[in-house]
Amino acid sequence: METPAIPAPEAGSAVPASLRGILPVMLALPVLALFQWLMSDAPFASYLLSVVGVNIILAVSLNIVNGMTGQFSIGHAGFMAVGAYIAGVMSLNLKEVALSFLPVAASDQVFFVASLLVGGLAAALCGFLVGLPSLRLRGDYLAIVTLGFGEIIRVVVQNTDAFGRALGLSGIPQTSTPAMVYFWVFLTVLVARRITGSSHGRSLWAIREDEVAAEAMGVDTTGYKVRAFVISSFFAGIAGGLFAHFVPIINPGSFTFVKSMEIVVMVVLGGLGSTTGAIVAATFLTLLPEGLRSLFSVLGAEGSLAQRVDQIRMPVYGLLLVVLMLARPQGLFGTKEIWDVLPRWIPRKRKGLA
Amino acid sequence: MAQLLQHLINGLAAGTIYALVALGYTMVYGVLKLINFAHGDVMMVGVYMGYATAFALGRDMRSSLLGVAVVFAVAMLGCALLGFIIERFAYRPLREKPRLTALITAIGISFALSYGFQLDIGFLPGAAPRAFPEVIEPVEWLVIGDRDVVVWNWQVISFGIAVTLMVGLQFLVFRTRFGRAMRAVSWDHRVAALMGIPTDRVIALTFMLSSALAAGAGLLYAIKDTSVSPLMGLYVGLKAFVAAVIGGIGHVPGAVIGGLVLGLVEEFVVGYAASTWRDAVAFGFLILVLLVKPGGLFGRVAAEKV
Repeated sequence: METPAIPAPEAGSAVPASLRGILPVMLALPVLALFQWLMSDAPFASYLLSVVGVNIILAVSLNIVNGMTGQFSIGHAGFMAVGAYIAGVMSLNLKEVALSFLPVAASDQVFFVASLLVGGLAAALCGFLVGLPSLRLRGDYLAIVTLGFGEIIRVVVQNTDAFGRALGLSGIPQTSTPAMVYFWVFLTVLVARRITGSSHGRSLWAIREDEVAAEAMGVDTTGYKVRAFVISSFFAGIAGGLFAHFVPIINPGSFTFVKSMEIVVMVVLGGLGSTTGAIVAATFLTLLPEGLRSLFSVLGAEGSLAQRVDQIRMPVYGLLLVVLMLARPQGLFGTKEIWDVLPRWIPRKRKGLA
Repeated sequence: MAQLLQHLINGLAAGTIYALVALGYTMVYGVLKLINFAHGDVMMVGVYMGYATAFALGRDMRSSLLGVAVVFAVAMLGCALLGFIIERFAYRPLREKPRLTALITAIGISFALSYGFQLDIGFLPGAAPRAFPEVIEPVEWLVIGDRDVVVWNWQVISFGIAVTLMVGLQFLVFRTRFGRAMRAVSWDHRVAALMGIPTDRVIALTFMLSSALAAGAGLLYAIKDTSVSPLMGLYVGLKAFVAAVIGGIGHVPGAVIGGLVLGLVEEFVVGYAASTWRDAVAFGFLILVLLVKPGGLFGRVAAEKV
């Protein structure tokens, strides 16, 4: 490896005790409520923001495995599919049920959260199954196994009647809101950041830098790898569930190898190991095609050019990966977070080692 | 019984093609320890080159023996050049970097090629699959009973070509100076360079050889499938890669056996279960093999040193 640039551990003292518990969540809720109120009469904007949010969750969660643990997983869309389908099926079955003591909207949200959690847990179970082979497999081989798992999940979904086979599921209640998506974005980022600073995170970094050495130093490499997979796939499942509840139809075509690669590109572009990098890259890469499309249609270029944006996107992603690896293999931010990279216009206190 | 025999023949015919593509993965992995994800897409580009050549030759010319030879030669040489360019500009600069960077680059090239070829700008063919011209006219070579078992001529021809290429490769690797250089580079490319082996040239040649093999195999596949599409590289390449890993990547006879086994397994799944499960079974089989033998059937797991 090149000179590793592991961020300094955020010692417990760096984060005020008040911010380590439930307080951030309590602070986030009113902001999200306000956000929801502002977004309420802009359906396209809230759809777009939801897609961005789902992609952020996917990128940040994949970053836990690919970036922090250094286990290259290329089947993330499979976990997303598990979450989307399980949550979708559950919501379809709970559609008519209502909690009589709550208003309809609130009762919908309760069921929505319940199906999200079930979807997430199902995905986490799959993550556990994928993590297990990492007992014996390393590096490239593990990448292939994750790819295989993703494809197997897709084929299983495609052949199951309950999941609508190739047609997919339709009629899932559209109960997802941007506020809900961003609540989960917030939780994912919180978990990812808390992992980085924890002793758990230090073990993951150690595995990333040198697995054999980490094992020799007494790190339970298998255990940590499996746990990273479980956490990562849980959030991927949640992202899938959220996705299923704001697009009209989900089908196996939404969760192919291509989707997995899109997420990998986001993580690699942002910098393997950088949570904020993953967020920035996910936002940028999701909005870019939309921006280009509207730019082309404003410019009045031939209608075809605006439609071609999606076609051109994939080859450009491929070339982007190549150029990035040649020019800046560590991604835009490397393992650093955005505030380590941006000019320091916010004065910061530095304690101990930087 | 006859049905079983027919499945066996079809499986072997499909397996030889997987085996040929898998050989390319194995060779590149052998010298570079790199999973060349773009291998299948190089194959796809080769098939399009063959397609264009076959059309340029015209109907009468392309079904003659000379025409077939020209189609194969153009595709294989073209792919060798493409392989050289990819190695020179995408992989060589990364040789001393962590292996993950090269893997990501390979995935990037694979995406650029397979999705780039789906555009319909200029000479690019567009996303729709196209019918591959009949380079080898299909003839029933052997018919047993009342058409219970049919062996087609292209099956025999591709089996023959595949076996010839495999034997040739085995000879090249174990009986020639270049093969010895390849094995030395595979063992330790730094020490090999110190011993006076032109490492860069050996690696470039290995890449060109594997790409040319891929083009040949791809043409055989296109003749069998009678179609060509920009995404064929992703799927055939993935399957061939699975075959290479099952056999133990880096092991030449292993790739061949892995390809044959995979071809047979897939054929039996399609024949006796449901065709929609084919891809899942291929990957399930791979995971099973890797769990039992992490280095593949014939591979060895090298102990890692710190």
